[in-house]
Amino acid sequence: MTDSAFVVVRPGALTTVQDLGRTGHAHLGVPRSGALDQPAHRLANRLVGNAEGAATLETTLTGCAVRLRRPATVAVTGAPCPVTVDGRPAAWGAAVRVPAGALLEAGAAAHGVRSYVAFDGGVEAEPVLGSRATDVLSGLGPAPLADGAVLRLGAPGGPAPGVDGVPHRGVAPELVLPVVLGPRDDWFTPAGLRTLTTGEFRVSAASNRIGLRTEGPSLERAKDGELASEGMALGALQVPPDGRPVLFLADHPTTGGYPVVGVVPEPYLAAAAQAVPGTPVRFTPLGRASWGPRAPRTGAGGLGQ
Amino acid sequence: MTLRSLPVGEHGLLIEVDSGEAAEALHAELLRRAAARKLPAVREIVPAARTVFLDGLADPGRLAAELPGWRIPPLDRGHSEIVEVSVRYDGPDLAEVAKRWGVTPEEAVRIHSGAEFRVAFCGFAPGFGYLTGLPERFHVPRHATPRTRVPVGSVALAGGYTGVYPRSSPGGWQLIGTTDAALWDTAREPAALFTPGTRVRFVPEPGTAGPAPGVRPEGTAP
Repeated sequence: MTDSAFVVVRPGALTTVQDLGRTGHAHLGVPRSGALDQPAHRLANRLVGNAEGAATLETTLTGCAVRLRRPATVAVTGAPCPVTVDGRPAAWGAAVRVPAGALLEAGAAAHGVRSYVAFDGGVEAEPVLGSRATDVLSGLGPAPLADGAVLRLGAPGGPAPGVDGVPHRGVAPELVLPVVLGPRDDWFTPAGLRTLTTGEFRVSAASNRIGLRTEGPSLERAKDGELASEGMALGALQVPPDGRPVLFLADHPTTGGYPVVGVVPEPYLAAAAQAVPGTPVRFTPLGRASWGPRAPRTGAGGLGQ
Repeated sequence: MTLRSLPVGEHGLLIEVDSGEAAEALHAELLRRAAARKLPAVREIVPAARTVFLDGLADPGRLAAELPGWRIPPLDRGHSEIVEVSVRYDGPDLAEVAKRWGVTPEEAVRIHSGAEFRVAFCGFAPGFGYLTGLPERFHVPRHATPRTRVPVGSVALAGGYTGVYPRSSPGGWQLIGTTDAALWDTAREPAALFTPGTRVRFVPEPGTAGPAPGVRPEGTAP
């Protein structure tokens, strides 16, 4: 008996269905969601011949195992991890043919946090607002994988195109995140802004798909009081009252009331998504957007362009 | 209208105005311009309390430079249909809210259900709207310590806003009632009952005491 599905044998710490997310609904309070390491998600899909928007599995630290009910071409990318088919080693970062009935396991991440498992045809789930992504903040999209759950697979397309040489970013000893200051950098003192760019931060174990939390020094505020809720960007560095920046990742709330000192451009967020707790974090100033307020409003000397 | 443009990363623009009403008027103008294809391509337009955030702009500086030349008509409060939301005014904080207002709970229900609300903006969770409409003297603070769990359908007040929790989640607002209205239904278009600009009226259910609505599993919203 073959049907186009797989059974979850080991869901791991957190394995979710992800794609490119749902944009255009932030005004309804709907986060973007989607794969945190988008380049790895896209690559996994390319390796098995899927469109980049097909849904993959995103694992967290401990991988996952599934039993396939139909033969499938599978690829695992993102955080490097041992890949096995019925216990026998298979290639990471390459298309692997898995027979019907076989157990596919993506093991614990050797380094990094999130691996991506793509199947030819993609993971099928009921799209919500055009996306199959699991949003852990809102609960939209399919539930995180659970023991014994059965997930459907889409119809396989043609043969995979063949991709040579899988790029891997390697292990960075520290996470370097460029920051475009604003919109609320004026809520911090010059010393607070210096702390942002010179302070020694580390990735907190409390990080998740909503945000990468940091441990380290506290950014000194220039203003007390509350900011009225305002729209939040992917990559925003929001600073809660404890003064430690939180980098907003894909499942971040769409509005928020803590000041955003700066924004990390999207291309750097994949590295943030792969930074394990304890990784040193350094924020490097990119200055302000060229059209922004000219004079630093609180005299943040040295941080302008 | 005074518009202040603030950069948000490389592709975002936060436009700050002086009041909530001005933010709603600016949001309406942005939607008009988007519909008329007079706005550059943009991924998100997110109104909030005093701002409208535009994300995914190729050149935010160019739009920021244009803004001072815009003529933004005042908010048109007419026209759109009113969404009526049936409420049991049985919330655990109704008595305290009434006390703050200096009225009886029955009078508090009359004040709340007598006001016409408008969804100023959404956020916090899909389908959660920040509704304005209560005069300033009826504004109430949120709880110093949030409840760890607010049941789905709770009608709540904080600051100048009324909101309805679309799912069970932690929350610090003052709970005055409950509704069975479907705030969020992905089978519906739009999925949200409350979208920015929607006019809303709360209608007291006769015989206000009712069973607590079914509670969904603990949410993860803040």
